[in-house]
This record gives sequence, C-alpha cells and structure tokens, in this order.
Amino acid sequence: MADTKKIKFDLRTYMMIIALVSIWIIFSFTTGGDFLTARNISNLFRQSVFTSMLAIGMVMVIIMGHIDLSVGSLVGLTGGVVAILDVWQGMNPIMSIGITLLLGLILGLWNGWWTAYGNVPSFIVTLGGLLIFRGVLVGITGGTTIGPMSDLFYYFGKGYLSDTIGIIFAVLVGLAIIIIQLKSRRDKLKYDFEVLPLKFEILKIVVSVALLVTFILIFNAYRGIPIPLMVLTVFLAIFTFITNKTTFGRYIYAIGGNSDAAKLSGIDIKKITLTVFMLNGLMAAIGGIFLTSRLSAASVAAGNSAELDAIASCVIGGASLAGGIGKVGGAVVGAIVMASLDNGMSLMNVENFWQSIIKGLILILAVWVDIYTKNKKSAA
Amino acid sequence: MEEVLLETKDIIKDFPGVRALDKVSFQVKSNQIHALCGENGAGKSTLIKVLSGVYPNGSYEGQIFIEGEEKKFENIHQAEENGIAVIHQELTLFEEMNVAENIFMGNEISHNGYIDWNEMYDQTNKWLKKMKLEGVKPTTKVGELGVGKQQLIEIAKALAKNSRLLILDEPTASLTDNEVELLMKILSDLKNEGVTCIYISHKLNEVFEIADYISVLRDGEYIGGDLKDNLNEREVVKMMVGRSIEQMFPDRKYKAGKEILKVESLDLKNYEGEQILENISFELAEGEILGIFGLIGAGRTEIANTLFGYLPGSKKGDIYLDQEKVDIKSPKEALHKGIALISEDRKRFGIIPPMSVKENISISFLDKFKNLLVVDENKEIANVTELVEQLNVKTASLNTKIVNLSGGNQQKAILAKNLVETPRVLIMDEPTRGIDVGAKQEIYELMNKFAEDKMGIIMISSELPEILGMSDRILVMHEGKITKEFDNRNKDISQEDIMVYATGGKIDG
Repeated sequence: MADTKKIKFDLRTYMMIIALVSIWIIFSFTTGGDFLTARNISNLFRQSVFTSMLAIGMVMVIIMGHIDLSVGSLVGLTGGVVAILDVWQGMNPIMSIGITLLLGLILGLWNGWWTAYGNVPSFIVTLGGLLIFRGVLVGITGGTTIGPMSDLFYYFGKGYLSDTIGIIFAVLVGLAIIIIQLKSRRDKLKYDFEVLPLKFEILKIVVSVALLVTFILIFNAYRGIPIPLMVLTVFLAIFTFITNKTTFGRYIYAIGGNSDAAKLSGIDIKKITLTVFMLNGLMAAIGGIFLTSRLSAASVAAGNSAELDAIASCVIGGASLAGGIGKVGGAVVGAIVMASLDNGMSLMNVENFWQSIIKGLILILAVWVDIYTKNKKSAA
Repeated sequence: MEEVLLETKDIIKDFPGVRALDKVSFQVKSNQIHALCGENGAGKSTLIKVLSGVYPNGSYEGQIFIEGEEKKFENIHQAEENGIAVIHQELTLFEEMNVAENIFMGNEISHNGYIDWNEMYDQTNKWLKKMKLEGVKPTTKVGELGVGKQQLIEIAKALAKNSRLLILDEPTASLTDNEVELLMKILSDLKNEGVTCIYISHKLNEVFEIADYISVLRDGEYIGGDLKDNLNEREVVKMMVGRSIEQMFPDRKYKAGKEILKVESLDLKNYEGEQILENISFELAEGEILGIFGLIGAGRTEIANTLFGYLPGSKKGDIYLDQEKVDIKSPKEALHKGIALISEDRKRFGIIPPMSVKENISISFLDKFKNLLVVDENKEIANVTELVEQLNVKTASLNTKIVNLSGGNQQKAILAKNLVETPRVLIMDEPTRGIDVGAKQEIYELMNKFAEDKMGIIMISSELPEILGMSDRILVMHEGKITKEFDNRNKDISQEDIMVYATGGKIDG
C-alpha cells in the first residue's frame, strides 16, 4: 500500500494564506495603494518579526498542551539585562548577547521545572513568572530606561542587507529548495512510493522560487532585506525542521495529543516538557534582545502583554489550545496577519481603540471559522 | 396491529473516503422490539443519527417515513416532536440535579415562566413507579443513583416527551445482571403500552431474550432481518460477520520454551498504604499464553502496570527477565527491555487522537527510524505499511487520523505499535474490549501466531470464554492475591471452577 497523498494541501495553512492575501488586497484598496508599496511591505514584515519570534516558541508550548503567560515579562527582563550589560557594564556585544540567551534558557528552565517536575499547571507557573520576572526587571533597573545601545545592536534591530548579499541569499535559498525537493523525490522513489508527476514537481519548485524572487526584488526596491527578518527566517527554518522532522518534534505533538498514551509509549514527558519551555525561554530572550535593539533602549514596560499577541498569532495560525495541533509556520503567518492589521489600519488612520477592537474580533472570527469548517466536515 | 411505524428507503450516508450507509431500507413495525445487530463499524450508530436528526436532512440521501408520511428532520428537536427518542450509550443526565429536574429538562411544567414543582414531582412519582424505582424520590440527586437506575431515569425522560419510538444504543453495556433483567421487564411492559423500540446490542443472548424482530447491518448495508422465532444465534452471527464462526478460538499446539519472565513474591502498596497486590509469584515461558482472570478490583491491571513500570506506589519483590533480575522504573525502560503493554483503556492510554495512524504506530520506537536527529519518514512509512498489512488494519491511508478508525482497527493499530520492535513479553489487558466479533477473532489468531514466534503473552481479561479459549495456564485473582493456578493446556477447565476462586470461595478445595 503506497502512501496515497497525491495533490493534497494542508488546507488550514492554505486557508490562512488566502486570508492573509485577502487582507492585503482589502488594505491596498482602502489605502489607495499605499499598502502595497515596497517601503510598506518591508516595514510590515519588520513589524511582524517581534511577535513572530515569540510565536515560534509559544506554538511549541501550545502544541504540547501548555501555555506560557510569562513571555512578555521574559522579553522585558532579558531585554533589560542585555541593556545593562551593554550600556552599564560596557561588555562586548557578543558576550552580552550570549549571556542574555543563556538567561532566557535558565528562566525557561524555571518555568519548565515547576510544570514538568513540580506538576504545577503551566498557567499558574507562568502567571507567577509574569509577576516575578517583571518584578526583577524593575528591581535591577531601578525603574529607569537604559540606552542607547552600541552599534551592533542597531544592525540587529534596524539594519538592512545590501542588495548583493540579498541576491546571494536568494540564490542560496533557491538552490536549497530545489535540492530538498529533488532529494525527497528521489528518496521516495527508492522505496517505490508514489510521487507527483515530474512536471508538477517542477511547477512547485518554479512557484516557490518565483515567490522568493518577488519578495527579494520588493525588499531590494526599498532598502534591502531587513536583518531582523533574515534572523527570523533562520529561526523559522530551524524550528519548522525540529517540529516536523525530528523525533523530539513528534514527541511534542504526542504529549499534546494524549499525555497518558505518550507516557505509555515510552516518551520521557518531563524531559521534553522541560526542553520545550527552555526553547521558549530562548526565543523570548531573542525577542527581548531584538526589542531592545530596535528601540535602542530597555524600559520597564518593554514587552508588556506581548505573550497575548504571541498566543493570538498561534491560534490564528491554526494551533489548538487543547494541544496536539499547530504549526510553527502557521504561527508566523498568524503574526504576519496581526502585523498586517496593525499596519493597514494605521495607514488608514484608524484610531487606536478601533484597532484593538477589530483585532479582537478577528481573533474570535478566525477561531470560529476554524471550528465551523471542522464541524461541517465531521457532519458532512 | 401490524402497521409500519418507521420506514427508511435507500438511505446513503457518505463520510470522506467511506460509505457508512449504503442504500439501507428497512421497516420497524409498531409495538415491536426491533433489535439492530451488527459489528462495530457496521453503520448502526450512523443509522441512528440519521433517524434522530443528528445528521440533518440533506446530509444524507434517501427517505424516512413515519407512519407512511415522509419526514425531513433538520435537527434533533424535530425528530423528538415526531416521537423519536434516543438513549445513547453515554448518558446525558445532569448528575448535580435531581430526578424531577432531569426528567423534565427542557420540558419543564410551568405557568407564566414559574415552574410548577408540585405538578412536576407528582408526575415524576408516576414515572418512577412505572420504572419500578420505588426507593427513589423525585428530589434525589441523579449522581447518587447507580448507572442502572440512571438509565431508567433516562428512559423516563424520553417517554415524558411522548416518544413513540425509543432507540436504545447498547443500553446494557455497563449494567449488572439484575439491572439488565429489570430493564428487559420494563421494555416489555412499555411494548404492551404501545411504545416501539429499536434495541441495539452486541449481546446476542439479550437480543434473543427480548426482541420480536432482528435486523442485521454489515459494512453499511442492510443484510436482512426476520422474526426472532425464525432465527438462531448462529445464523445471526453469520449474517453479522459474513462468514460462519465455527471456531471462535483457533487451535494452537502448546509448545512452551524456556522461561522468560519470573515474578517472585511481588507486593504492592499504593501511596495511601493500601495493599494492592500481595505475594504474587508466577512465571511465563516462551510461546506461552498466560491468562489472568479476576473480578474488577482484583489487581489484574495492577500486575500489568507494575511489570510495565507504570504504577505509582511502593513495591517489593523480584522480577526476572531471562533469568536476570530487573528493576523497571518507567514504560520506556520496559519497552527497551522487550516488555510491551496494550492497555485496557484504549481511549485514555492507547491512541493519540490528533495523530495519524502512521504516527500512532511509530511513536513508541521512533528512534528506530532516526537518522541522526531526523525521522526518516520513508523508512517509517515502509515499516508501518508492512505492519498494517500484516495485522490487516483497515484504514483509508496511513495519514488518516486514528480516531476515524473503528474500535477493532484502532486496537489492531495499537497492537502494531507494540510490534515495531518485536517484544519478548506482550501484556494484553482486555485485548478485545469493545471490539466486534470479526476483529476479536483476528486478534486471537494474531496472539497464536505471536506465541508460535516464541513471544510470551500475558492476557488479562474479564471475559471467561476468552480466558478459557486462549490460555495455556490461568491465574485466578481475588483481592490482590493469586488464589489458584490452572493448567489449561487441554482447554478443559470450566467457567464454574474459575468463578469459585475469583469470588474468593474455598481455597482448599
């Protein structure tokens, strides 16, 4: 029995992209074309980077059936620490980044330990973390804003790659796409599995490469690929790989799907839970460093309620809070949807309170559509 | 008298990839108890859902007639208005509310919005009398009643809505013998009062006791039906499985090899300090099927879980695997040492619902398919495909979610999961619970095959025929102790022998 997958798309991720494109089309009309300028697209992606980074970590926690409410405070604290090291201590930027990332891992370990080994519900552990980490931040900074940051951070927060490097990057990614696709096809043939006809395979590659080239051209038409976006892409690739291709990733889904059955299947639930919380702490630290870099300063309010944006992105991107369901890519698309709403409405000069109301409605709507289509499917 | 109450014509219901009902046409006559039989996955539940408006008109093809008039139910409410009520396997009562509130839920007797409690209690008393629930008061909390009594309350609730057609889905699944008897009596009383009944059950002895007419569904098709008096059990089973089951338990030559597992004076206390297992000693040889029988609470499952490293509590005693003393602390260790467990609760401890058949099967030994850090999916698919074929797991594809399989196929998938690395000792806790006759026999055949391949099998079961038909040796348990060991190589032990020891009867007989 061959794996009869044929031409079937992951409908949920696909639907998300359709929704995203429709939002873009609507905004390009309502803003008289301002939305689709190279400058705005570039800004839009830059704006989505922060929430995307947090969503990548958060979605793994959510897939595992847990939640992390402390992410916003983690961002604040790690962002504060990197500023203290850089501005007050005058430490080498690479050193201070390294120490901050380590701190993210350790704070994630704290959350993970109480959840996995202390058996305290993650909602409570991380609600506690939300208060504790913010409190520590206020304590160590004395409530002051710390800045400005040294130059390296400027590049990380606001820099652009030169056009040439952008093109080299595009060529490398393009080559990678082609090699990965063809290798996967060859491996399948080795096992005599059914594969797409070669022309479809080529079409798939051509479409992906064309998309890639379009984006690079758009970015280069403004100021080049934003460096934060580049960093995000790398993490997106790494964590997509981890969740889809590794045993560790499979275990995350299994624990979220049914933790009792996962345990009886010989999965070390405590270890995996701990690791996922640590990875989430790491992503939050990266988010913190990025936020401090972008603002060139750390403040006690930095990252306030960022965890809610991250959770919303995951959910809009198709993750289920019940666990077992979700995708890293989906979470990032969710973050881009949120950023698009912010960006588009700001261009239209929609007042802040309306922006908040509309984003809230869209969150509910997205989940409703998801549930509605699922029910229809099971009743059909 | 012989008028037709309900008739269906050519009902077709499709699910993605599966035709659940294929042109089902049948009639239910008034004042009859009409039994609907079929294996799991035969389409019984789907048919009920069509009849009761759970699947609205338009989501299926075909017609439904009530007393000759075509009905198109858009929802459950419309079906209820036409007198059709379903008693589902899982009861839908509110445990925190009292009997009267439950019986009149959604149907309260009220004047201008004020509930008339006196009238409701009065009517509830009448229903309780009818259901022979003398000791129960209208103000008793439903949660305080046993399952059997709750079932009767549920029936009263359905009848309070003036139902003419009562559909009972596996009503006796969790009832004791006495409760079953009472239910049977009430159903025949109701029949005399003009209530028609569709009775769905696996248990053919019950069906033959109560039904007037028996219909059989198989693979979504209506196979046939006849008055009970014109049928016998053998014929019905044959209609259900499409083949005759002459020999439910396939023969196997007993050929035990060397000892693989030995348990010596195992004691287990839970965290509260209660003694769960006491002085358990037994051994298991290659190629042997060891049956463990006991009533609920006898400690059977606890033995399985202890061997598998999955029981919280403090244990004493020694376990030897291939003559070597082992101390298994986690399921992971157990699996690596070659001990596999198929749990009695498939939903809770077996399947991972959001995952596919493939992912469920490969999860226990995912490392086997690991190439550096990456799961080699092609290798995984090749391995899983082989097992799925070998165990005859019926699934549309390997990527189908496991919850979409029937109970029997889920169980076979769980079995496959434990065979990715061939275990030395396979512990099967209630291996055939909740699965249909056909799948049961397939599992028995597989067990024999594994035994021939020198696996040692421990089968825990509360079904005596299965214990007697499959085991080479039988351990009987009572209150945490082994009360008797039988040699059953000649399959000559009787049910009575075993029950005496399982109920803690004479030890020195």
